[in-house]
Amino acid sequence: MKAQTNRLNPQPNEGAEETSPYIIELRQISHIYNEDSVFEKRAIDNVSLKIKAGEMVALIGHTGSGKSTLIQHLNALLKPSSGMVLINGKDIHTDKAKLKSIRQRVGLVFQYPEHQLFEAEVFKDVAFGPNQMGLTEEEVNTRVKSALEVVGLDESCYHKSPFELSGGQKRRAAIAGVLAMRPEILILDEPTAGLDPRGRDEILSQIKHMHTKLGLTIILVSHSMDDAARLTDRILVMNKGCIICDGTPIEVFAQGEMLKNIGLDVPQISSLMTCLHEKNSNLPTGIFSVEAAADAIMKLVRP
Amino acid sequence: MTKITIGQHYPTDSIIHHLDARVKLIGTIMYIVFLLFVNHYAGYGVAALFLTGIIALSKIPPRLIFRGLRMIVFILIFAAGINLFFTAGETVLFHFAFIRITLEGIMMASHMAMRLILLVMGSSILTLTTSPIQLTDGIESLLNPLKPIKVPAHDIAMLMTIALRYIPALAEEMEKIMKAQKARGADFDTGGLIKRIRSMLPILVPLFVSAFKRADELATAMEARCYRGDINRTKMKAMKMTRTEFIGMGVMICFGGLIFLTRLL
Ligand SMILES: Nc1ncnc2c1ncn2[C@@H]1O[C@H](COP(=O)(O)OP(=O)(O)O)[C@@H](O)[C@H]1O
Ligand SMILES: [Mg+2]
Repeated sequence: MKAQTNRLNPQPNEGAEETSPYIIELRQISHIYNEDSVFEKRAIDNVSLKIKAGEMVALIGHTGSGKSTLIQHLNALLKPSSGMVLINGKDIHTDKAKLKSIRQRVGLVFQYPEHQLFEAEVFKDVAFGPNQMGLTEEEVNTRVKSALEVVGLDESCYHKSPFELSGGQKRRAAIAGVLAMRPEILILDEPTAGLDPRGRDEILSQIKHMHTKLGLTIILVSHSMDDAARLTDRILVMNKGCIICDGTPIEVFAQGEMLKNIGLDVPQISSLMTCLHEKNSNLPTGIFSVEAAADAIMKLVRP
Repeated sequence: MTKITIGQHYPTDSIIHHLDARVKLIGTIMYIVFLLFVNHYAGYGVAALFLTGIIALSKIPPRLIFRGLRMIVFILIFAAGINLFFTAGETVLFHFAFIRITLEGIMMASHMAMRLILLVMGSSILTLTTSPIQLTDGIESLLNPLKPIKVPAHDIAMLMTIALRYIPALAEEMEKIMKAQKARGADFDTGGLIKRIRSMLPILVPLFVSAFKRADELATAMEARCYRGDINRTKMKAMKMTRTEFIGMGVMICFGGLIFLTRLL
């Protein structure tokens, strides 16, 4: 995978209604779990956020910082205790009947999505979402096939039981289940949690592909700085229910000390490059992958 | 944490909380039995006073105890209603068509209502002041004498403990799965009965899969730690009968005595 240091120009998503320059907008939302009880917990604290169509954003934070809670507001699974959620410039809680269409447009892949597989065959499971949308059988089949293709599951898997698949394959089948609804926005909650390095790289490169080829707006939730820096051009850092940092990887990693304080780390390769930069100022900083670091060092050694 | 709280334990620091669970179990059973013997209003008065004292000692906000009553409002109205209308009695107070209210009916209905209210309030003190774990420990220890007649006291207690431990976890899991399926367009709130039952499938299958997996993992983990039931097992918190416990039992016996005295009135 190549390092991305330049910021992509956000391109508007084709077919999206252009009523607002932002596909997602949060206005001062707060969320309190179990309000007025002993277990009261303020999980989101006055968060405002704007995301343009076609952006790919990483949402980073320590466990319990409120990432999963925040993203569940974007497809109306949770209702903010206060504040407003706008998708394409429209408040999603004004019209109850529209919830289903919001959930189709904002695809949310939960953490460990393979736990939600329930059909006897992979193909049928992926078809669950499109079927609920009331599409024709033909349309459902096309969507399921193309979704499975995007996540790299071929025909040999179609009629297998989901429980026969490997961990990485199961997860990809579950992601296909959301993709098959053809959302405009795809949110993935820690899609690489618990996978081996190979499964992780496969999924990450497929996510990248969904962004570049399908033009989806993507929010990638992660607690790995490495993944975030390699894949995205904008990083949101959450801590204790607040977004405390919003910028390019370079801008975010410049605050190494602050990140350490909230239990996050800059990618190892980036801190190595910072150290080397102090010794030899010809070496660039702001490098997030081993490959890019190797390139930079080689350039210096053999110009 | 989910909305489902099992056993509604309310932890604070009070004499009643510290009392041995066995004493509380036996005490509650005694209280219920004594209540059944009450046949005079004075008896209910004694029980109500006794209950007030216990609630004060337990430092539990009274509203929590009254909350338990909300669940039995219907049973209460139903039971009182049946007694009111269908008790055969001599002293007719009100007669209209087939409705016949007698003095005896009113007496029966009020007896019934008071008995139920005192019963529910009293037994909720047990669950409010005793954690589920203490409760199962207490049950195990009370069932222990029955071991010679093949009552698996330890296994029953262990089953209860595990079930109690996993109910919140399963509830949480279910909430998560429901959300995940909703995100895929599942709809649990509309449609006819058949459609609603069918729509539970995407929740139930993953839930069962996860429950069996959990159970299997737990069994393996217990075996790996050499679990063999209660053979040679000691308790970290051994139950002890101290002076407080004996005083507690004494108080219960005095209460019973008072109740029987009211029968003589
Ligand atoms: N369903 C829930 N009920 C009550 N509290 C919750 C619930 N879900 C999350 N929380 C609490 O909200 C906080 C944020 O959790 P979460 O959004 O899951 O964080 P993250 O995804 O960053 O790990 C945590 O303190 C968590 O305990
Ligand atoms: Mg999370």
